Amino acid sequence: MTGVPTAVSTSQALGLTDEEYTRIVSALGRPPSDAELAMYAVMWSEHCSYKSSKVHLRRFRDIPAGDRMLVGMGENAGVVAVGEGLAVTFKIESHNHPSFVEPYQGAATGVGGIVRDILTMGARPVAVLDSLRFGDADAPDTARVLPGVVAGIGGYGNCLGLPTIGGEVVFDPSYLGNPLVNALCVGVMPVGRIQTSAAAGVGNAVVLLGAKTGRDGIGGVSVLASATFDEGGGPARRPSVQVGDPFTEKILIESCLELFDRGLVVAIQDLGGAGLTCALTETTAAGLAAGGPGGMAVDLDLVPLREASMAPHEILASESQERMLAIVAPDSLAEVLTVTERWGVLATRIGSVTDSGRLVIRWHGEVVVDVPPGSLADDGPVYNRPIRRPADLDALRADDPAVLPRPISGDDLRSTLLAMIASSNLCSKTWVTDQYDRYVQANTVLAQPEDAGVVRLSEETGLGIALATDGNGRYARLDPFTGAQLALAEACRNVAATGAVPIAVTNCLNFGSPEDPEVMWQFAEATRGLAEACRHLGLPVTGGNVSFYNQTGSMPINPTPVVGVLGLFDDVARRVAIGFTDEGDSLLLLGETHPEFGGSEWAWVSHRHLGGQPPAVDLAVEKLLAEILVAGSRDGMLTAAHDLSDGGLASALVESCLRGGRGARIVFPRAADVFTELFSESAGRAVVAVPRSEELRFTDMCAARGLPCRRIGVVDGDTLDVQDAFAISLDDLQRAHSATLPALFGAAGP
Amino acid sequence: MTRRIGVVTFPGSLDDRDAAHAIQLGGGEAVALWHGDTELSGVDAVVLPGGFSYGDYLRAGAIARFSPMVGAVVDAARDGLPVLGICNGFQVLCEAGLLPGALSRNVGLHFVCRDQRLRMENTSTAWTSEYTPGADVIIPVKHGEGRYIVSPATLAQLEYDGLVVARYLGGNPNGSVADIAGVCNAGGTVVGLMPHPEHAVEPLTGPGSDGLAMFRPVLSGVFTD
Repeated sequence: MTGVPTAVSTSQALGLTDEEYTRIVSALGRPPSDAELAMYAVMWSEHCSYKSSKVHLRRFRDIPAGDRMLVGMGENAGVVAVGEGLAVTFKIESHNHPSFVEPYQGAATGVGGIVRDILTMGARPVAVLDSLRFGDADAPDTARVLPGVVAGIGGYGNCLGLPTIGGEVVFDPSYLGNPLVNALCVGVMPVGRIQTSAAAGVGNAVVLLGAKTGRDGIGGVSVLASATFDEGGGPARRPSVQVGDPFTEKILIESCLELFDRGLVVAIQDLGGAGLTCALTETTAAGLAAGGPGGMAVDLDLVPLREASMAPHEILASESQERMLAIVAPDSLAEVLTVTERWGVLATRIGSVTDSGRLVIRWHGEVVVDVPPGSLADDGPVYNRPIRRPADLDALRADDPAVLPRPISGDDLRSTLLAMIASSNLCSKTWVTDQYDRYVQANTVLAQPEDAGVVRLSEETGLGIALATDGNGRYARLDPFTGAQLALAEACRNVAATGAVPIAVTNCLNFGSPEDPEVMWQFAEATRGLAEACRHLGLPVTGGNVSFYNQTGSMPINPTPVVGVLGLFDDVARRVAIGFTDEGDSLLLLGETHPEFGGSEWAWVSHRHLGGQPPAVDLAVEKLLAEILVAGSRDGMLTAAHDLSDGGLASALVESCLRGGRGARIVFPRAADVFTELFSESAGRAVVAVPRSEELRFTDMCAARGLPCRRIGVVDGDTLDVQDAFAISLDDLQRAHSATLPALFGAAGP
Repeated sequence: MTRRIGVVTFPGSLDDRDAAHAIQLGGGEAVALWHGDTELSGVDAVVLPGGFSYGDYLRAGAIARFSPMVGAVVDAARDGLPVLGICNGFQVLCEAGLLPGALSRNVGLHFVCRDQRLRMENTSTAWTSEYTPGADVIIPVKHGEGRYIVSPATLAQLEYDGLVVARYLGGNPNGSVADIAGVCNAGGTVVGLMPHPEHAVEPLTGPGSDGLAMFRPVLSGVFTD
């Protein structure tokens, strides 16, 4: 055993507590070597071990899995059966801290990492969605972070040939020092191609595929992702950010898919956070957990390095991108090497599966690591951290937006609407999304700015999927329980608005420091709310990601649970888009509108106000609304549908008018409060366009099932005309809606 | 008889399966060709698809032109084999000297993906003969290096000879000289286009089906045989 027994001070620098160090010593029965300590530090980091979140995430495991789930939480990504012998895998993951430190590479490798998770399951990645949050749009640092993040996502995703089909771009000052970059990837495979990560079969070869290992990204999961930034402390951590090479990832994807199709790998695992350490321990631990004789012997001298001088702990902790670990039977090895050589992918045998029950790693002929793999992968610390309701919450909730001055005259309502659709959160995001390829793979049926991205899986039958991501940090700040439920409800509505049936959920939980009891209370409430809502809607959680320590100094971000919902289409040809396209169609508002402005876009844009209660959630209504939207699509009754959320009906109408190039004439009941009608953010609502010939059939269906539905107007002309209030031409709406981001971040074209 | 059209896959090709799909929708048979081979398998025409061949780290298309398959395609093209280069394929054709000019970084310095209006100008090439001259079509563009540049003398010659195949309408996405979106060789057999006709072959997955006609003419036999 080489490596000087390490002092506790070193373990602290690696992000471990004294208590955790003691725990390592007792797991090994001796002090760890340098390399072992580095491995424990990354595997027991918050990012890898979920030590603070585990006790709360159990709630998701308790939700009934339903009859579609093939692989559940805890794997690289969950897998659901979608019929026709196909399975879909999807997951959302954060890359927040790296994207603040080095926006381009941070965001690029965020895409690369989640894509490898999907590939690891045996799937061909088929689409990406990006849920992004930045500080105020006009803040100087946003001008540094946003263009880099967008270019990084585009630069990586576009080079991989993955269409970007949706996501969000949200601005709020709480994200100024902690931008959120959450990337969701979805993949598809024949059910029989699902891969495992369990290293089984004594004597099988352990093969490292892809890029060489370098010094980039060391400590990415521990010192970067599992710690709070001090003021201005970001740039010094730049070496902990990985550097991406999408071309290498592209050929890695193609070669791995060929290996899967030929049945050449026993198991596969991507190298992401914690690099080789995580891949070796998890495959070995999974092999042992599967019941077989297991263990692994690895020779670090065989790992292809970018810098020959790397020490063993550096090789083990490196987060160099574009690498996979495959377990291969000896008689398949030659064929594996032929396939990888054809694609120009480096493949190197670095070890073997053993029956020792231990992970043994040699370097320069000596054993530098000899550990029980379960102690790293599964036996990490679990904390039930203290929680405390935030001290300012009562005051915040009592600060009701009802007292804020509101526009009343037609002119004031008109200028309020124009200011809102030009605001950074409601304005057109074309400046961002035009930098992403949405067409590649020739199966994109809907992409942003539609409510959900829709991808065709089978050209013969039209089988397809829809995906949406949603989250609202302001709602969650006011009430994390309700805020998380609202995020789920909105994502479901978005998926259902296209006509797809919601079937499964993934989530990315972005919060401040778990060591702050008030943050931990927000986390506990949000997971409780989300789990209850998933159970109520019958949607299993197939996997997800927790990102803690999103705070600068003592100021955490608004708690931001981002929820991704997967929907299923029997035939994507019946998809419904948001644009009003047919003159004379009736516009129907589904759901009930109440004066709910807590956390609303109006309160923020007009008064920079955040207070009161978020909109109430009625999950039964959400479920019914989704069923009505799907039924409307199935029976061909809808020419357009758009969910109502941020900015209320006003924002939805403007988006649908501009998308379809048609105006609308809106007539509210005489007694109605036009301001509330236009800007309330009541949940459980959608606006649909219905041809006159279908109107009675559709309204009868709503009445029979008890969903409030009322006619609010008609698709008409080239203005948005709100009777007795104001009229605005589509040209003026377009100008207001589209000018904001180019003015802030520069014209995209010549 | 069904026409067989080869689609070359380089490491880093992205729209190769999409091009094959478009060829099938157009009634042809797509034949996969590998960058490292030299055997054209008797195809009637070749498509060089979009993507980032070999990563395009040096300059788009700069490495691909030296691949064995491009060598074979260039030789065959000089003997009249119809070749369509889309996006990265256009860049390869320029690098290989089959088409004049070069594609450089977009003026806005951003990757641009949008549904682009085009005017079809030369409609007597091997790939565009089903369009009406002056047809106003919508075909997506998606590229970071699509700004066509060429010397003033060559530009004048291209215009004089009518070798501009398509021009951007309603806004030039990349700063191309004279709004040029695509050009062809003097014989009209080799066409390079920045827009992606394979992404406008069915209304369900694109802005329409204006691009489908691009994959039919070589199939009808007007140029081959």
